[in-house]
Amino acid sequence: MTILLLLIPVTLAMGAVGLGAFFWAMKNNQFDDPDGDALRILQADDHPLPTSTSPDRQETSR
Amino acid sequence: MMERLTDAERQLAMALSVIVALFGLLMAAGGRGDPMGTHGAIILLAAGMTALLVLRAIGEPEPTEDRTANYYDDPTKAGLVIALFWAVAGMGMGVWVAAQLAWPDLRFDAAWSSFGRIRPVHTSGVIFGFGGNALIATSFHVMQRTSRARLAGHVAPWFVLLGFNLFCIVAASGYLMGVTQSKEYAEPEWYADIWLVIVWVVYFVLYIRTLARRNEPHIYVANWYYLAFILVVAILHIVNNLAVPASLTGAKSYSAFAGVQDAMTQWWYGHNAVAFFLTAGFLGMLYYFLPKRAERPIYSYRLSILSFWGIVFFYIWAGSHHLHYTALPQWVQTLGMTFSVMLLVPSWASAGNALMTLNGAWHKVRDDATLRFMMVAAVFYGLSTFEGSFMAVRAVNSLSHYTDWTVGHVHAGAMGWVALITFGSIYAVVPLLWKRETMYSWKLVEWHFWLALAGTIIYVFAMWNSGIIQGLMWRTYTESGTLAYSFTDTLVAMHPYYVARGCGGALFLTGAILAAYNVYMTIRHAPARQPERDYPTSSEAAEPAVPAAE
Repeated sequence: MTILLLLIPVTLAMGAVGLGAFFWAMKNNQFDDPDGDALRILQADDHPLPTSTSPDRQETSR
Repeated sequence: MMERLTDAERQLAMALSVIVALFGLLMAAGGRGDPMGTHGAIILLAAGMTALLVLRAIGEPEPTEDRTANYYDDPTKAGLVIALFWAVAGMGMGVWVAAQLAWPDLRFDAAWSSFGRIRPVHTSGVIFGFGGNALIATSFHVMQRTSRARLAGHVAPWFVLLGFNLFCIVAASGYLMGVTQSKEYAEPEWYADIWLVIVWVVYFVLYIRTLARRNEPHIYVANWYYLAFILVVAILHIVNNLAVPASLTGAKSYSAFAGVQDAMTQWWYGHNAVAFFLTAGFLGMLYYFLPKRAERPIYSYRLSILSFWGIVFFYIWAGSHHLHYTALPQWVQTLGMTFSVMLLVPSWASAGNALMTLNGAWHKVRDDATLRFMMVAAVFYGLSTFEGSFMAVRAVNSLSHYTDWTVGHVHAGAMGWVALITFGSIYAVVPLLWKRETMYSWKLVEWHFWLALAGTIIYVFAMWNSGIIQGLMWRTYTESGTLAYSFTDTLVAMHPYYVARGCGGALFLTGAILAAYNVYMTIRHAPARQPERDYPTSSEAAEPAVPAAE
C-alpha cells in the first residue's frame, strides 16, 4: 500500500492548511460577532459599498 | 455581454480565445485519426466563435458608468442559463439510461449509445454541467453580495465560466467516442484534466481577490464552504488524474497507479468529490439563499461555522469505505468507516440548522414553493447523510455494496438535496438578477416542486426495494450450500423497479423542463420591477434625490 505514503501526507497537509485558515480567522476577529454576521447579509440594498480607498465617493453616498 | 468591458479587457479576452483556438488547431492537426483530433476541432470551433464575438466588440464605445457602483452579474446570469440547459440535457440522458436498463433495445444498436458511454454523459452532465455551472454562477453572486464588493476582474469570470463549459463539452463528446480513463466522475482524459486545472486556479484566484477587496470585515460562512469546494476539488483532481499519456497526439493515457493503489486514489477522490463538490459547495448555497429567502438569520451562526470545520477535517478520510471487503488493508477500511460515522455530526448540524432557521416561519414554507424547495433539500440532506454513514458500516455494506441501494442513496442526495437546493436558489435569484417582480409563473414553480418531490420519492423507493432484494438474493444459499438464485433471476426480480425508476426520473426531468421554460419566460416576459428608492438604476431620472441611507 505504497499509495498511502502519498495520500496520507497530502491529506494531512490539506488538514494543516485548514487549521492555518482557522487560526487566521481567529486572529482576524472573524468569530467575534456571529449574530451580527448572520444578520448583515439580510440587508436589502443590492449594491456594493463604496470602498474606503476612494474618498470622493465616500462623501456622496455614505 | 461585451459592453461592460473596457477595450483593454476586450483585447485580453481576444488574446485568450486565440491562444485556446491555436491549441485546438494543434490538437486537430496532431490528433488526426484519433478522437483527440475531433476534440481539437471542437475546441477550435468554440474558441473561434468566442474570438469572433469579442472581435465584433473591439473598438465599440467603452463603458462610461462607474463600474464599482454595481455588482457584475452578467457571468452569473449566463451561468444560470447554461446550468439549466445542462440540467435538461443531463437529466434527459439519465432517463434514457434508466430506460435502457429496463428495455435494453432502446440502445438502438449503435456503439455511441451503449450504456457504458451514455451513463457518464448523464453523470458528468448533471454533476459538472448542471451542478458545476450552478455553483460557479451562485458563487459569483454570493461572493459579491457578502463582500459588498464587485467581482475582482471582468475577463476572469468569463474565462472560468466558458473554460469550465469547454471542459464539460470535451468530456461529454469524448464519452460518446469512447474516450475515458474509466475512473468514476473523473473519466475525461489528460488534456481535458490539464485544462480544468488552469480554469480552476483562475477561479480560486478570482475568489480570493474578490474577498480581498471586501467592504465588510467578516467573511460570511457561505464563502468558506465555496472556498473549500474550489480548493479541495483542485487538489483531489490533480492527484487522481496523475497519468502518463501514451502519445502526445492521442487521447489515451495510463494511470500513474495500478491495482488497489489506483482504486484507493480513485475513491479518495470519488468520495471527496461527493463531499466537496456535491456537499460543501451546495451548503454554501444553502447558507446564503435559505436565510435570504426566509428573511431570517441562520438559526445558529456558531453551529454553521462548527459544521464547516467538522466537514473539512472529517470528510477527507472517509473515502476508503467504498472499498470494504477488497484487497485494501483492513485498518484502512476501518479508518474510512469510523470517519464516515463521525461525519453524521457536522452533517446533521447543517441540516438541523437549516430547519431550525425555518422554525417560526412555516407559513412562508407553506405559501412559497421556492422556500419549500430549500426546506425539502435540507430534509434530504439529513436523510442521505444518515444513510451514507449507515451504509459505510462494514456489516451493512456487505449487503448494500454493488447493489441498486447505492444508486438509490446517490440519487437521494443528488435529486433530493443537490438539485432541489439548486432549483430553490435559482428561483430565488433569477427575479433579482433580471430585475423582475417575481418569476413568470408561480404556479409552474409549484408544479415543479411537486413533480420533483414525487420523482425523487418514486426513484429512491424503487432503488431501495430493488437494491435490498438484489442483495438478499445474492446471499441466499440452498440447503446443499449452492447459490439459490442465478444472476438472471435477480434481473427478472429487479425489472419492475427499473420501470418505476424510469418513471420517477421522467417526472423529475419534466420539472426541470418547466424550470427552464419558467426562467426563459421570466427573462423575456415578466414585468420589470419598479425602481425603488434605494435601488441603483442606470437612468439619471430614476436615481433617488437623497442617497440611500445605510
